[in-house]
Amino acid sequence: MSELIPAFDWQRVMIDPWTINFSLYGWIALMGFLVATACGLVGNYLILRRMALMGDAVSHSVLPGLVIAFLLTSSRGTLPMFLGALAAGITATVLIEAIHRKTRVKQDAAMGIAFSTMFAIGVLLVSLYSEHVDLDADCVLYGEIAFIPLEPMVTWLGVTLGPVSLVRMGVVLLVVVGLILVFYKELLIASFDEALARATGVNPTWVHYALMSVLSVVIVSAFESVGAILVIAMLILPGATASLMTDRLAVMHGIAVVHAALSAWLGIVLGVWLDCSIGAAMVVGGAGIFTLVWIGSLVARWHRESRGGWGDDRGPA
Amino acid sequence: MSPGNWNRGTRIVALLGIAAVLTSVASAASVSEMVDSNWREQLARFFSMRDASLRFALTGSILLGLSCGLLGSFIVVRRMALVGDALSHAVLPGVAFGFLWGMTKDPVAIFIGAVIAGLMGTTVVSLLTKTTRIKADTALGLVLASFFAVGLCLLTMIQNLPTGNKSGLDKFLFGQAAALGADDIRLMAIVTVCAVSLITLFYKELLATSFDAGFAQVAGIPAEWIHHGLMLVLAAAIVIALQAVGVVLVSAMLITPAAAAYLLTDRMHRMLFLAGGFGVLAGVAGAFFSFVGRGLPTGPLMVIGASTVFTGAYLMGPRHGVVARWWRQRSRAARTERENTLKALYHVWENDGFRDVGVTLADLAQRRRETLDDALGRSRELERHGMASVSRDAVYFTPQGRRRAAEIVRNHRLWELYLTNSANIAPDHVHEDAEKIEHVLGEKTVRELERRLDYATEDPHGKPIPGPRDIHGGLATGANPREGEA
Repeated sequence: MSELIPAFDWQRVMIDPWTINFSLYGWIALMGFLVATACGLVGNYLILRRMALMGDAVSHSVLPGLVIAFLLTSSRGTLPMFLGALAAGITATVLIEAIHRKTRVKQDAAMGIAFSTMFAIGVLLVSLYSEHVDLDADCVLYGEIAFIPLEPMVTWLGVTLGPVSLVRMGVVLLVVVGLILVFYKELLIASFDEALARATGVNPTWVHYALMSVLSVVIVSAFESVGAILVIAMLILPGATASLMTDRLAVMHGIAVVHAALSAWLGIVLGVWLDCSIGAAMVVGGAGIFTLVWIGSLVARWHRESRGGWGDDRGPA
Repeated sequence: MSPGNWNRGTRIVALLGIAAVLTSVASAASVSEMVDSNWREQLARFFSMRDASLRFALTGSILLGLSCGLLGSFIVVRRMALVGDALSHAVLPGVAFGFLWGMTKDPVAIFIGAVIAGLMGTTVVSLLTKTTRIKADTALGLVLASFFAVGLCLLTMIQNLPTGNKSGLDKFLFGQAAALGADDIRLMAIVTVCAVSLITLFYKELLATSFDAGFAQVAGIPAEWIHHGLMLVLAAAIVIALQAVGVVLVSAMLITPAAAAYLLTDRMHRMLFLAGGFGVLAGVAGAFFSFVGRGLPTGPLMVIGASTVFTGAYLMGPRHGVVARWWRQRSRAARTERENTLKALYHVWENDGFRDVGVTLADLAQRRRETLDDALGRSRELERHGMASVSRDAVYFTPQGRRRAAEIVRNHRLWELYLTNSANIAPDHVHEDAEKIEHVLGEKTVRELERRLDYATEDPHGKPIPGPRDIHGGLATGANPREGEA
């Protein structure tokens, strides 16, 4: 048991990754930050719309889309991957609707049935065509962010931008940020007041499907780094942490970005120290931050209540 | 006969019998050298030399299908479908700790660790929803993924240990029924017996807390304890299923067979039998194809088996199935159409003063504002159902058709009068509503309406309401019998 947790070597854990090993850990940290930020921004909307588990459903469902895209085009190109994931994400959304609208099965059970079936098909395809598909079944679950720096570098106009999936993730993040900036008001209205949205000409159904499409693209670009299950934490943790601290959506986005940066850093610290999967360590770090904020909010509320103040009841309720 | 009718003593005796059967199955499976002439071995001989592992795999799959199907039924009707998902991911750190306890893959240590971790997960979920404004779905997702990450960290740390022989631990992720051993099977049998016992002994309590929390409270049933008991057995069932199905897909074995059963019946005890049966079917199918496919992961195959059953129920279920519903809707729409034609015929006939001749197709077409061909088609449809007979250019009611037509018109006018008199709706606003209700009013409601309206004979627009005499043959004379009365 004692050899399980290595001694905390300050030099090795806190200094080396940012100095002599920076060419390795720099990319990993940046990738972790990009993944967590993109997921956190999209996840905020999932949390507000009470669809947090759609992240769970879509993240499992994109797998068959990915594998079929691989098998059809026999390439790992960005476009087939995105198209496969989009098709799979939308199929899952439609299946869930078909089950819970047409029968008396409730939405949560419908979700469980749809995503587990699609995921099962995906895993089966991976096992059947393992020699053709450059994905192994474990990697599907938790990815391997440590392999990011080993990928071929992308150069554009003579400038080295970074490893392939990092550049892809960066572009996806830019698109997500752009979409949020352009459609901020529409997303806000559609998330909080469907009737008002309809009255102002925003179709909530379209917003739903657009959000699911963006979600599928974000998930698939994060897939290789964090896999199907850790990505759920990346989607939910920043928003959940932020919702303990604020009521305002813009502030929530800001907190999500800070949370992403902190968990990327903590992930490297934990991963190097304990010699475990860095992706999982990032989630553990993020969960740690959430726990601290949770305890903090409880203490703050207890403090307010013990003072007997009636004035401020805005705390977490 | 429902288990709810048995008294507790009978149930305990029955349980002991089930327990004896299950443990004997488990021990028979563990003695691999014994000559066993049951069909499972025949199947095993048929496909391969590895008899023992196939028997273990099959026994395990049957046990897990049974326990998951039974417990899943309560999960589905209690709308906690994704609690199973969260629980199954949350047990992973417990699996790792159970392994670290003795640095071996000891099923009992792993079982205890995993159950504790699962219960911690559900506790955190309920704490989160109670102390913060975080909603249940967010809390579930958060716990699911965070616990899973902790488990992964531990598993990858174990993997890197010099002494760490994580042989078989990765089987927890996707499941491999062929890796089940005798100890695993014994554990599975015990948990299955516990699940069956819980459900049989506390059937009424579970039923009451699942469907009517208010009644359960009044009846003094400790709903909290029932919930915790269910969670405990659920966590145990998930853990035993892990090795065969894997962390990710256990929740499907809970949800899918139960949801399929839910589509097929309205009675809880029937749902339990069906869900258990579907679970076993899916489990056996998964073990079978995994065995034939040589090393394909069992979990996905079981889940695809369960989803196939669900798809069958979804499409073909006699009451809640999509096809049956579509068919019912279609035949209802066709009936409504026929009744509307009958009504139009009656109106034309009424405007004619009930002369004892048929209605011409031209009149019918004009009344419905349609072409002659459409009117002919409608009349032929009535003829097919024995409501009318069609000659070259006219339609004649059959007695049955005339009676139904008078009934529909009566329903329509009664309802208009009722809305005008009793609900104070303006007479020019009641037609649309009556158009819908005329097709569904039953005889009992009609009697009640007639009584409340003092057997009125005229609707708000001054048209006569056909009475019993009109409907049961009074009109056959060809003159309106009411004319004399009015």
